[in-house]
Amino acid sequence: MDTAKKRKRSVYTASMVLLFILFGAFAVFPIVTLIIASFKPAQELMRFGLNLKIDPAIFSLKNYSYLFTGESLYLTWYWNSLLITAVFTVLCLLLSSMVGYGLAVYQFRLRNLIFVLVLVMMMIPIEIIMLPLYKLSISLKLINNIWGIILPFAVAPLPIFFFRQYASGLPRDFLDAGRVDGCTEFGMFFRIMMPLMAPAFSSMAILQALFSWNNFLWPLIVLRTNEQLTIPIGLSTLLTPYGNNFDMLISGAVLAILPILAVFLFFQKYFIEGMTAGGVKG
Amino acid sequence: MENASPATADRTAGINGRRKLTRILYSQKIAPWLFVLPFLISFALFFAYPVISAVNMSFQQVLPGQVQYIGTDNYEKLWNPIFWKAIVNSSKYTFYTVLILIPLPLVLAVFLNSKTMVLKNFFRSTLFIPALTSVVVAGTVFRLAFGELEGSLMNTIVVSLGFDPQRWLRSEALGMFALVLLACWRWIGVNLLYFMAGLQNIPKELYESADIDGANTWNKFSRITLPLLKPISIYVFTISIYGGYSMFTESYMLWSGNRSPNDIGLTIVGYLYRNGLEQNNLGLGSAVGIVLLLITIAVTIVQLKLFGMFRKEE
Repeated sequence: MDTAKKRKRSVYTASMVLLFILFGAFAVFPIVTLIIASFKPAQELMRFGLNLKIDPAIFSLKNYSYLFTGESLYLTWYWNSLLITAVFTVLCLLLSSMVGYGLAVYQFRLRNLIFVLVLVMMMIPIEIIMLPLYKLSISLKLINNIWGIILPFAVAPLPIFFFRQYASGLPRDFLDAGRVDGCTEFGMFFRIMMPLMAPAFSSMAILQALFSWNNFLWPLIVLRTNEQLTIPIGLSTLLTPYGNNFDMLISGAVLAILPILAVFLFFQKYFIEGMTAGGVKG
Repeated sequence: MENASPATADRTAGINGRRKLTRILYSQKIAPWLFVLPFLISFALFFAYPVISAVNMSFQQVLPGQVQYIGTDNYEKLWNPIFWKAIVNSSKYTFYTVLILIPLPLVLAVFLNSKTMVLKNFFRSTLFIPALTSVVVAGTVFRLAFGELEGSLMNTIVVSLGFDPQRWLRSEALGMFALVLLACWRWIGVNLLYFMAGLQNIPKELYESADIDGANTWNKFSRITLPLLKPISIYVFTISIYGGYSMFTESYMLWSGNRSPNDIGLTIVGYLYRNGLEQNNLGLGSAVGIVLLLITIAVTIVQLKLFGMFRKEE
């Protein structure tokens, strides 16, 4: 390659890198300002707004220590969020993987119709059925109850779709071998196929846990008392027409991102597979 | 033998029962139905029933303990300037987010995917980080950044560019700008992932043979990359439209609750929430839901026609 061409190429790469640094800064900037603000007293924030100024004189952990005192319900919200996310994710993966597997492996009547119903469910925004679902939850006594948040969405169309695609690609020989050895159909699912579907489980676990951790609208409708709230709903109650409790809101928001950020850093691969599940395989 | 004790009878019944259970567990006819059973129950209870119920309620006046059919009254009531404003706001928001959140991530994905690019994974992950935050967290940051004080982040920026400080969240155009910027911030990284996944599925040989034929970069982009990204683009387009029309939380967070000045941030779902839940008028709220359903179906059909999805089937 001649030098002119080489130089042209490196100029191109350098400008690309610069472009992505700019977009990367745009992506990270709000979170960085949030973290910086979480160490400052709220009055400072009200007066000067969000900024990048780092002033050790006014920095303190006071906003954080407030979260852990008895005056705030933050720890209760955190526990609620953890519990709901854990139960929801486990239940959703178990049920959705069963359904997806059933649709992929067996030939039976109405199989295609059921799969079409899964797709229909994927196509309709849940906001449309929110009010009837709310009414139903009242009659099922699911209001202000963690099951009210979990049950209506525990069998989710996207994971079913994903597990179905994944299970279709698995070798069937294991199944025949299992049947010869006297394994039940369910035994084969739990002992043979589930381990084979482990990568699909990781991707979907992350996707569903992220959804549940950040879920807003439905918990906002279902949850009533302060002690039952999850982090997003709890934080949103700090903004009121009569004044905003920013010191608690901001430190609380930072602590809410931390677990996801940690999981993301360690399991990026599964994150990315989970996020793109709907598009690529479809 | 004739007068078998109750205990033996129980045991025989037990064995029969167990045999039945064993037969079920081994049956390849019954097993699939057991596997899909959770879906059938959940679909009937938490989806089909609510959908039918939404249609039904939209023709009713629902008061505690008293339900009455009132024909199309709810729909007639929707013919009002506030709901119209909600529709316009949602449509504008959808339009701008689609306008930005498809071409921009697509081009970025092509750049990031190019052979000479360095630090690919690092940039991909960095751009993805906003998607990890909840709308509540993101909304809080943007709300503060778009504050009215002169010291707020956005005002510092516009002042340093030589403009006057703005009251961002009180103006119709600037409020929409804040909403769209928030959406872009959260979704660029996600859509970038979709397009990169799409790019990975394009066979390299196509570019190699194009090189041999002497095609330039633009030709390769417009003749190979774009057409082959069509399926993933349609997917991203569809979810963007659905997400756009059902947007609620972003506006709820920017204007603390469902109360923006002059309803500049009111969306269709915001109107549904206001009528159905805040004012407890489930009938009117359901009618809003049905209108939203019709809008999304209509947009989907138009879009499928535009992209020629129906023609392919013939």
